[in-house]
Amino acid sequence: MNATRAFGRIVWRTWPGRLGIVFVGMMVLAALVSLVWTPYDATRVVPSDKWLPLSTTHWFGTDGAGKDLFSQVLVGARTTLFVALLSSAIAALVGLTLGIVSAVTPRHTGEAIAHLIDILIALPTLILALVLVAALEGSLWTVSLAIGFGSGVVLARVVRAEVARVLTHDYVLAATAAGSSTWRTVWRHILPNIAPIVIVQLSLVAALAVLAEASLSYLGLTPISTPSWGRMLEGLQQSASVHPWAIVFPGLAVVLATLGFNLLGDGLREAIDPRLHTRVATPSLAFNATIERQAER
Amino acid sequence: MIEAAEATNHDAPLLRAEGIRRDFPLPRTTLFGPRPVRRALRGVDLTLKVGGSVGIVGESGSGKSTLVRILLGLDRATAGTVTFRGRPIAPGRRRDLQWFRREAQIVLQDPLSSLDPRLRVASIIAEPLRCLAVDEDHDARIDEVLTAVGLEPDMRDRYPHEFSGGQQQRIAIARAIAPRPAVLVGDEPVSSLDVSVRAQILDLLGRLAAEHDLSLILVSHDLGVVRYLCEDVLVLHDGAVAESGRAEDVLGRPQAEYTRQLVAAVPRLPRPTVASSEY
Amino acid sequence: MTIDTEPTLLAVTDLVVDFGAGAVVDRVSFVMQPGDRVGIIGESGSGKTLTALSVVGLAPDSASVTGSVRWHGQELLGRSDRELSRLRGEAIAMVFQNPMTSLNPVMRVGRQIAEPLRLHHGLSRSAAGAAAVELCRRVGLPDPAHAARAYPHQLSGGQRQRVGIAIALACRPALLITDEPTTALDVTVQAEVLALLHDLIEERDAALLFITHDVALVSGITDHLLVMRKGTIVEEGPTAQLVAAPQHPYTAQLIAAARATALEDA
Repeated sequence: MNATRAFGRIVWRTWPGRLGIVFVGMMVLAALVSLVWTPYDATRVVPSDKWLPLSTTHWFGTDGAGKDLFSQVLVGARTTLFVALLSSAIAALVGLTLGIVSAVTPRHTGEAIAHLIDILIALPTLILALVLVAALEGSLWTVSLAIGFGSGVVLARVVRAEVARVLTHDYVLAATAAGSSTWRTVWRHILPNIAPIVIVQLSLVAALAVLAEASLSYLGLTPISTPSWGRMLEGLQQSASVHPWAIVFPGLAVVLATLGFNLLGDGLREAIDPRLHTRVATPSLAFNATIERQAER
Repeated sequence: MIEAAEATNHDAPLLRAEGIRRDFPLPRTTLFGPRPVRRALRGVDLTLKVGGSVGIVGESGSGKSTLVRILLGLDRATAGTVTFRGRPIAPGRRRDLQWFRREAQIVLQDPLSSLDPRLRVASIIAEPLRCLAVDEDHDARIDEVLTAVGLEPDMRDRYPHEFSGGQQQRIAIARAIAPRPAVLVGDEPVSSLDVSVRAQILDLLGRLAAEHDLSLILVSHDLGVVRYLCEDVLVLHDGAVAESGRAEDVLGRPQAEYTRQLVAAVPRLPRPTVASSEY
Repeated sequence: MTIDTEPTLLAVTDLVVDFGAGAVVDRVSFVMQPGDRVGIIGESGSGKTLTALSVVGLAPDSASVTGSVRWHGQELLGRSDRELSRLRGEAIAMVFQNPMTSLNPVMRVGRQIAEPLRLHHGLSRSAAGAAAVELCRRVGLPDPAHAARAYPHQLSGGQRQRVGIAIALACRPALLITDEPTTALDVTVQAEVLALLHDLIEERDAALLFITHDVALVSGITDHLLVMRKGTIVEEGPTAQLVAAPQHPYTAQLIAAARATALEDA
């Protein structure tokens, strides 16, 4: 669709958007590459090779067990990306469902659900994650579920406001007058028009997920078998005073990934706002159109 | 059967509203006792003949938008009935009102807002055809209505924001006539448009009404617009009918005090003189 | 450089406003003397609003404004915002279209009317407050003392617009610029607000620059008319004459369209 490509181009034009795309892109690339190739087996312990400095054979060096750091970072990217994407997906599901239902259903039900959303928002996400991980086994799925749900309810509030805004547009009324059912209107008109804002929010959820996953695996709450940046940080932390360089890499990876998603969110947000107004032919038209619309409400 | 008999009789009203009342509950001021209400409509009657055109004028708060929603079954009246060819209309399950949706369509005020910015023109016009399960070739019908409103059929692949305000309103009109309704309702259809485009759109509506046997209901705060297009007029004031009758009578020689005030308040143009370039 | 007692009130010469995609206001020139009532009429995209905004330096930052705008002989374009803000509200005042958004919703209207008085004339709070109540009375607000203490949302659209006019005229400006001041109002309210504007301008001897798309409106309140189309002035002249017998084809078309949907001449 030409609209999406034009949109992407606008995001690329903004500095936050560009950096965001680059950083996230690097992470995605690392994750994809790690599926087919890593310089060494990330889990292979070679005691004789421990604490090797940066070299052409070990691009990031090795850790205290002789495991290649670069390979670990690559594989860790996979874990982080998985959690980020899964959390976003769950957040999207929870947020869209709750938000749309509360905005579209008749007054009393809608408000009841809105209050429910507010109550759920009060649950702190990370603690929920800890509780879930303690109760069920600590897998990437439970971590993603916790983060996804916690962020999802926050998203629900944003979605509710956006849907309410879109509902004031006449094309929704026109669709009803044309015989469209409520759910058809939601699917065809409301979802596409709230998509930009939701995507921005989801990029922020992804950023949060990166940090949350790193934190949880740092705390040892994720399975040992899954290499991840958080685990790397935890392992390398103890020897950081003697071997400071090693810990920089997973740390930098976490920072870049989080920053990347945040910047991507900023870039997307910049791309959305001006576009809504430059759609119209001339500045005066936009002036008059928005002012008249406000006046008539 | 009743419907057949009513349809052939051109004098029988097509759409008829009787005693329409609409109350809106206001927030409570006291814990006990009755809740205050805002009486948006207080016993309004309206009759639309086949092939007729009725204008509804009034200022803000007069209840004209509320009335239109009730006429279209988009809102439920507190009291009173609305019938179309004798059949009652009341909002309810979507399925129950589909028959009426096929017969009555609406054109809204702000073309920018009434067209989904993410859909192409073809999809926008096809929507009523799809939702109402109209049984004909949709693509052909889209081309047909685009031509009827004075646009090129190849504009079907464009997005609303690529058009001017007048053209967008034409698209909205095309969407409205696509399912071949019997009644076309315009809610301030030209208020957002430039002056030079207004007459064109009104002429278009008039022409379509004549060619396609449409009956019109036009809501406007602009008396001149109603005078231009409508045979009959209903003047609403504070939820009640101040005056009704033939447009040229009511607007030209108003009887009711409110109508007189309204007509007097409209700014007038100085008369044209002979020495002007060709119009 | 001319002295500050240049008689001509406002002299706009070759004003160009460009957003980078072509000039939206393309070499507009006109002159106003003290007490003149000039109307600018045009459709959407004609550049009329931007012209007015550019006079007081309120064009959006993304626009490049070139040409000359002289106020009593002093060039205004290129002046700093600080210098221009001394003029705004005091010598040149604006009344905007939408009374709902042009008033601060969380400030009582009396205080909003008093603000220009305190800012430009240095009045004390009590003196400005009293003047504000008097202005409320002058613009026809019922129970002025009470009205001054109201918040904008407690007033009707017409009343809000009266407040807007009070704010604009508080410091007795030499020039009042109004942009579609009555478009958002009901017809009966519109007539009252226009009559009010007319009286106040007469009373205070202010010049008026009235911008609108409504030909009938502009005929009632202006003496001289500029017709704008796509950024340029296509015709100008005495209002009554222009409307009764337009010469330029665009003007003729515009007025013919207005006549088509107008009620009969009084």
